[in-house]
Amino acid sequence: MANNDIALMTHLLRRAGFGASRDEIESRAALGYEATVEELLNPNDHPGLEQDILFRYQPAYNEPAAIEVNVQQWMYYMINNPRQLQEKVALFWHMIFCAGHSKIDSGQEMSLMVNMFRDHGMGNFRDLLMLLSTSPGMIYYLDNSESHKTAVNENYGRELLELFSMGVGKDDEFNYSEDDVKACARAFTGWNIAPSYPPFPYGRSAWEFRFDPADHDDADKTFLGNTGNWNGEDILDMVCKQPATARFVARHLYNYFVADEVPVPSWRQTPPKDPELIEALESAYFESNYDITAMLRVLLNSESFKNARYAKVKNPAEMVVSTLRLVGDHQEIKPGLFEISQEPKYMGMDLMNPPTVEGWHTGHEWIDSGTLVERINFASDYLGQTDLPGVKGIVNRLMAEGETISPKQFVDGCLDLVGQLQVTDETYGELVSHAEREGELNHQSEMQQQDFVRRSGEMLQMIAATSEYQFG
Amino acid sequence: MVSNKKDNVLAVLSLSGGNDGLNTVIPMNNGLYRDFRPNLGIAEEQIIPLKDPTTGKDTGFGFHPSMAPMIRFWEEGKMAIFLGIGYPNPSYSHFRSMDIWHTCEPDKIGNEGWLGQVIKDLDPNSENVLTGVNFGRGLPRALAKEGVPVASVGDLETYGLLTGIQGEDQRTEALDVFGRMYSPTIGTGYALDYIRRTGTDALKGADILATAPGLYSSDVEYSATAVGQYMKNIAQTHLAGFGTRVLYTTSPYNGFDTHASQAQAHSGLWTDVSANVETFIDDLRGHDAMDNVTLLMFSEFGRRVGDNGSGTDHGAASVAFAIGEDVKGGFYGEYPSLDQDKLIEGGNLDHSMDFREVYSTILEDWLHIDPVPIAGNFTKVNFL
Repeated sequence: MANNDIALMTHLLRRAGFGASRDEIESRAALGYEATVEELLNPNDHPGLEQDILFRYQPAYNEPAAIEVNVQQWMYYMINNPRQLQEKVALFWHMIFCAGHSKIDSGQEMSLMVNMFRDHGMGNFRDLLMLLSTSPGMIYYLDNSESHKTAVNENYGRELLELFSMGVGKDDEFNYSEDDVKACARAFTGWNIAPSYPPFPYGRSAWEFRFDPADHDDADKTFLGNTGNWNGEDILDMVCKQPATARFVARHLYNYFVADEVPVPSWRQTPPKDPELIEALESAYFESNYDITAMLRVLLNSESFKNARYAKVKNPAEMVVSTLRLVGDHQEIKPGLFEISQEPKYMGMDLMNPPTVEGWHTGHEWIDSGTLVERINFASDYLGQTDLPGVKGIVNRLMAEGETISPKQFVDGCLDLVGQLQVTDETYGELVSHAEREGELNHQSEMQQQDFVRRSGEMLQMIAATSEYQFG
Repeated sequence: MVSNKKDNVLAVLSLSGGNDGLNTVIPMNNGLYRDFRPNLGIAEEQIIPLKDPTTGKDTGFGFHPSMAPMIRFWEEGKMAIFLGIGYPNPSYSHFRSMDIWHTCEPDKIGNEGWLGQVIKDLDPNSENVLTGVNFGRGLPRALAKEGVPVASVGDLETYGLLTGIQGEDQRTEALDVFGRMYSPTIGTGYALDYIRRTGTDALKGADILATAPGLYSSDVEYSATAVGQYMKNIAQTHLAGFGTRVLYTTSPYNGFDTHASQAQAHSGLWTDVSANVETFIDDLRGHDAMDNVTLLMFSEFGRRVGDNGSGTDHGAASVAFAIGEDVKGGFYGEYPSLDQDKLIEGGNLDHSMDFREVYSTILEDWLHIDPVPIAGNFTKVNFL
């Protein structure tokens, strides 16, 4: 099979999912790029994760209250959900529609939000904003529950425009005024959470959305130049029609799936890195009547996407999950899932608990001297475990290259098998001279085989420690 | 790297989970204490009375019996106890309340940690990658600030890069390769360049920190617990003279969250903390290295005044401690009233002192930093 097909498929599965084993990459490459894109874009045509296995082995998985269990459950989904793009999209929206456990204080509500992103994140954007605006977790996180007809709290109204849909501005212009924020907030008064049932005797129940007409400001409001007795739904209709919204969603998709962009607050003044692709995504947004899947189809089939290999710093969830998928660990429920689920937090991404409503700072800002040590040690610890099925598979493929392989072949093989990693000449030179210290590799005798395995583990650890492995 | 100048150092032990202040510094003469704590009240004969260090008179307060090792520091007049410490409109969520203590932002969600800003002020150009060191996995938000390098050490004895590589020679060789692979390159793009610089910093920090256990010798012994290990690691790092100014650690996550079986649990927690704090101070004194250290201990909130049978639920105001040779021992603030009508939101102690008053004092009088941009405008508590 052409090497370029493999490289491209590796790239697709790393971006539209959390990476894949070499076997899966090869079988999908045989199927073809566009066919694989279509499969990823239509997750509901294919079986998802078998939930009954979760419940069978861990009964506590049924609507757990503790945040740690909810994060574990999500981690298991990310590693094992065969509908990988759906899972990747759930994380995408979690990083934009930010609500954090630190305030919500309910693991169950956090999972309900993630489930919503998983189930609806590839659907219609207006529907998604409607679900978000009626999500009790979000209503509480951004104080819409404290927003009343007679005392308007602007928090949700503002963030809906600034962070969830239109963005502050584009092409140096501002997208909305402070008066629009006020009108938007007024339109969402009365969008609240129903009083909870008492927790006894059946435990805490999920919060429910309730619209309270008596607490809704139904006077006329002027929003983006249109005057009327607007309710929240009318606002969403108007917001979704805006070119600003198309641009904002397109740039976010680009930043997450294609290449690291400048931080969101700079988007008003800084034009997109790739204006052509952004324009194509904007057109797809309007032509499909705001369908996220349609936008993703354009994105994943674009040349810009195909060429943007290793142009992004992996976020911590990607670092952890893609490494585990590569080495083939935690493919079933087993002890240690808790520890794994804490790893992104050590690397600066406390899942279900973003630092603020603005979310995490991405790109190179994931890296500091503390998080880099965690990333390197995590990845190299796992890639050095030569008894794990994925690592075994890599070693077997290396051995299959010939009875004797040269240090250079060895390094090339390892780089190829960890996902066709591209490294700088300096890094490559260091890896080769490291391999040369012990000379060529053989695997005829048992002792040679043991040596081969040991050296493979060491080389994979070195590769996992490179600056290039920080990219995805 | 080794600094001869004795700059002041702040060590912090965060007591995660919400420490029950009422059973820590006990208002032993208050009848309401007995009424509210029929199950969890500490028997009067077990409470360690806190006598005024100068006059020797009873103060009416006493320590939980498991805190016996710390009474020395109180009697020496080296321990400040902050009564009724908290902040307005308390949050009863561990995460949120801890964030408030970390960021000094009770009203909005803050991003920058107060100590992250301290490290930036103390070392604006990040000349020393070890100005701030955290012990534990992941960085507490208190230490987070963009562009401020802070080492986060799970265990000082094994800390480093590529710790998974077996064999000393192999690892040394691997670290050599690592150092060369992370040497700066030209024209590889900003992100890669940045990551390599960071990797070089991390390696430098790890190399320096790795020497600390070897430089350390002591005749005291810490407990084989997480608190013991981390207090020892703080002592080792401080004694190694790397110029570290902020040393931070957290007791096992949510350990103080004693909703049930509190009698045993709380006793065990304070036995551990007290013994290791005593060892820590003895250790530093034994090395003539305590005089520029202040140790701060706090928890994100206290617990409900009334017990729930075997435990206590999340509460509001609690107690905090500072120990150091320059600390003016004594009580600061007022013990919140236990009168039913003075309790807030279903039976919690109202705060009488804002934690930011304590922070402001530490910032200005100990670290010599302008407290206002970090903690806000608060009156100082003159304990230093």
